[in-house]
Amino acid sequence: MSKVLVVTSGKGGVGKTTSTAALGAALAEAGQNTVVVDFDVGLRNLDLVLGAERRVVYDLINVVQGVAKLPQALIRDKRIDTLSLLPASQTRDKDALTEDGVARVIAELREKFDWVICDSPAGIERGAILAMRFADTAVIVTNPEVSSVRDSDRIIGMLDSKTEKAQRGERIEKHILITRYDAARAARGEMLKIDDVLEILSIPLLGVIPESQEVLRASNLGSPITLSNKTSAPARAYIAAARKLRGEQATIDMPGSRRLFGKLFGRRAA
Amino acid sequence: MNLLKFLRSRGSAPVARERLQILLSHERKSLGQSDLLATLREEILAVIARHVTLDPDKVEVKMDRGGTVSTLEVDIEIPNSAAAIAAASA
Repeated sequence: MSKVLVVTSGKGGVGKTTSTAALGAALAEAGQNTVVVDFDVGLRNLDLVLGAERRVVYDLINVVQGVAKLPQALIRDKRIDTLSLLPASQTRDKDALTEDGVARVIAELREKFDWVICDSPAGIERGAILAMRFADTAVIVTNPEVSSVRDSDRIIGMLDSKTEKAQRGERIEKHILITRYDAARAARGEMLKIDDVLEILSIPLLGVIPESQEVLRASNLGSPITLSNKTSAPARAYIAAARKLRGEQATIDMPGSRRLFGKLFGRRAA
Repeated sequence: MNLLKFLRSRGSAPVARERLQILLSHERKSLGQSDLLATLREEILAVIARHVTLDPDKVEVKMDRGGTVSTLEVDIEIPNSAAAIAAASA
């Protein structure tokens, strides 16, 4: 059965697009037929992060308006053939998205793919609401920082009231993905700890992505980090998160604790 | 002075945590309340409007949350002509 997942946060710049690309590629590489959909109309970037910016012909709005058929707009990844992208429009304004149109496109994507991952725009406006509207599951990307945590709390409230699933009286599945985590700073009391964030938001944890130079390197190259450098710490964390999304019992790699265990027990702890 | 410096060196994260906890407990309450008030206002208005004509802008619904008791205040202004019609038809 196919699953629609929204990657959201409220605040901008916390890593929604990076996480969409990384999780999408990790799921696709595990053999899941996956499509990533860019909902950031007017400010599309998922194409760039995936290295597909020169292959965009039609976009989500063209499909919503019936100008193009869905297969014409889908871009298949050149590295993994189970990964596809539905890009956002760069020229239209965000009002071109209608609820009925989005519902139709999502329903069509559900038939073709195992995973439909919607990359939400920042904010709490129409585009963000439409990105989450038909989701079964939400990944809330949060930085261990006050404004990001506050905005995540706001988005959690919207997931519980504005999604179709919530309005039918069902529970929308929610996960926290903490990104840009610096274990050393958290240990020194300079950054909110993982437990602080989880206690404040009271949502289960999907994964912790450590702050890493590899993330920028991957976006420079136009390749999801789970493809460009699979053994890097952030890639491993994303791959484990993708496994968890599929319902597998993956242990969450806590940055910091590993280092301590590594010191105490040598490399066997890894 | 050294003690103060030591305490400050414990880091800013606990301050962030405490500020967030206070802020969010407040924001969650007020956001939830505005939804409840909107629903109450709409439904009360519908019931009254079945019997008397009223101006929807002249209906005020307020809620005060107290420690042990909360109060709901409903203030509806009914035009005299409408009240007279209602009384005549009763």
